[in-house]
Amino acid sequence: MRKKKGLSLVFEILKYISLVFAALCALIPVCVCILTAFKTNEEYAATSVLDLPQSFLNFDNFVTAFQKANMLRGFLNTGLVLVVVLTASIFMGSMLAYVLNRFKFPGRGLIQNLFMFAALLPGIAMQVTIYQIMYSLGLVNHLYGYMIVLMGTDIISIYIFLQFFENLPVSLDESAIMDGCTYFGVFFKILFPLLKPAIMTSLLLKGVSVYNEYYASNLYLQAPKLKTISTALYTFTGPYGNQYNYICAGVLITIAPILILFLVFQKRVYGGMAAGAVKG
Amino acid sequence: MGKGGGAVATKKTFAEKMKSREAQQFFVIVTFLFAPLLLLIVFTYLPFMRMVQFSFYNMKYIGPKKFVGLANYIDVFHRTEIFRALLVSVYYMGGAVVQLALALFFATLMVFKVKGESVFKAALFFPYLICGIAVGFIFKFFYARGFVFDSLLQIFGMKLEDIPYWLQDQRINNVALAATSVWRYTGQNMIMFLGAMMSVDTDLYEAAALDGANNWHRFRYIILPSIKSIIVLNLILSISGSLSAFEPPYVITNGTMGTGTYFVIMNRLAHENQKVGLACAMAIVLLAIIILCTVAQKLFFAYVFDNGTDDESKAAVRKRKKAEQKKRAQKGAAV
Repeated sequence: MRKKKGLSLVFEILKYISLVFAALCALIPVCVCILTAFKTNEEYAATSVLDLPQSFLNFDNFVTAFQKANMLRGFLNTGLVLVVVLTASIFMGSMLAYVLNRFKFPGRGLIQNLFMFAALLPGIAMQVTIYQIMYSLGLVNHLYGYMIVLMGTDIISIYIFLQFFENLPVSLDESAIMDGCTYFGVFFKILFPLLKPAIMTSLLLKGVSVYNEYYASNLYLQAPKLKTISTALYTFTGPYGNQYNYICAGVLITIAPILILFLVFQKRVYGGMAAGAVKG
Repeated sequence: MGKGGGAVATKKTFAEKMKSREAQQFFVIVTFLFAPLLLLIVFTYLPFMRMVQFSFYNMKYIGPKKFVGLANYIDVFHRTEIFRALLVSVYYMGGAVVQLALALFFATLMVFKVKGESVFKAALFFPYLICGIAVGFIFKFFYARGFVFDSLLQIFGMKLEDIPYWLQDQRINNVALAATSVWRYTGQNMIMFLGAMMSVDTDLYEAAALDGANNWHRFRYIILPSIKSIIVLNLILSISGSLSAFEPPYVITNGTMGTGTYFVIMNRLAHENQKVGLACAMAIVLLAIIILCTVAQKLFFAYVFDNGTDDESKAAVRKRKKAEQKKRAQKGAAV
């Protein structure tokens, strides 16, 4: 009995050692960035990267990074894109899922399969020809063009809504129709409010992917005033190549909003991730 | 008379109603499908067809096209840089396996009682939320000569001259880059596994504990079966994922010194060298590989999990049915 207790104690200790080690591995690269972001140029040149900065109140690097990379523009553009794209993709995704799930009509299976197959197409590879189409439609270098591309290549929320509709009983629709409700009424008054969990999940997943999107915004938004937050951050590769105290400040500014949201909505985020995974 | 008239009237309105219901239904279907289908066709299938078409041409974005048949496809398999890119993907596949194993390990630890669980969870998960460009910068800084990683190793007594150049040394740089993917995605995989594990009825654990099951038994007979399918799915996804690895080499090394993955090479061919036809052929080859993987996955699931339930394989179902038949036959004989 005592031996068994000893063994499980060893197991417990090993468990915490491995967890702490993993947490350190995850945190150290970012923590070093925090240290570096508060160092002045002279400090950065003179001290080791692992040394603490003289003061954690030295926000000069953040100010410089914010101004030089024009991050205010980036945040404004990304914010606008987020609002429009998320709203559109929630309405389009839920409406599409409603029609595909509740009505039988010729071509329904085909449409469903078209959406499923689209998920297999390699995203970045497609941009070679999408660029041509965008160009001929005159959508390059317009914020709305970029928004349309992001909406058009959105499969995640459709998956989530389709899955959610499977579990909403049809009797809800039927009783509403008995009461004289139109199909539009059924969707907007009865079903849409019930979709709240699915809406949260797709807001989170889609929101993170839009905020972090780089490839398309680099391709379609080349004018400096159209930079999004990730392309703004990328400008640090040029003139500040080795001034990591500025770069780290820029990185932290970019991460901050999403980190705060994550800490507030932690449980929801985990739930959303798990829900998004079940589709397999 | 009045009675009869009333009946006819309601009949008529009922028929009208039916008619209008159908019309309404048609209207709803058309309006709700219009926007998503239009976007799907314009931004997915039209470009896809063009991609297939362009892959047979020698062309740039602007200027004349020349039909070259299968030459682009032959080129894909003959260019050493593309072949090298496929080899580089192997590093990312290895990384994906390591990442799944780690995620599984930590998810299993988290299923049991852990003090400070939410802190560990958050610490492991949050790298997933950082954008690829920021991850790139963080690790460019991390691996730079004499900077973060080297300083850490020096604290543990290694000498700087024994430490390789993480991003320049071709023996190690792809491992270093693949490690950044592991860093970014392990926590997310862990949360997915944890979600699947948590969906197991907790009564099962209690019942197992009453039967004297230890932790290993719990893992082997309760936890593992519940996440079998999600593990296989992720293994297969990791193949297409590692072929499409893009951001780590793009930001950290810009694909130089033998770190160019398939997408980095394709991106360069398409947008810098303007070999649009060749890039399209590369994309089609990649798509073929992804479809193959998906079909393999479907077949695998059809074979292993056929006949409904997740925790009984087709072979097991067949065995059970045979046994049942035998029993029935015996019963019949007895009667």
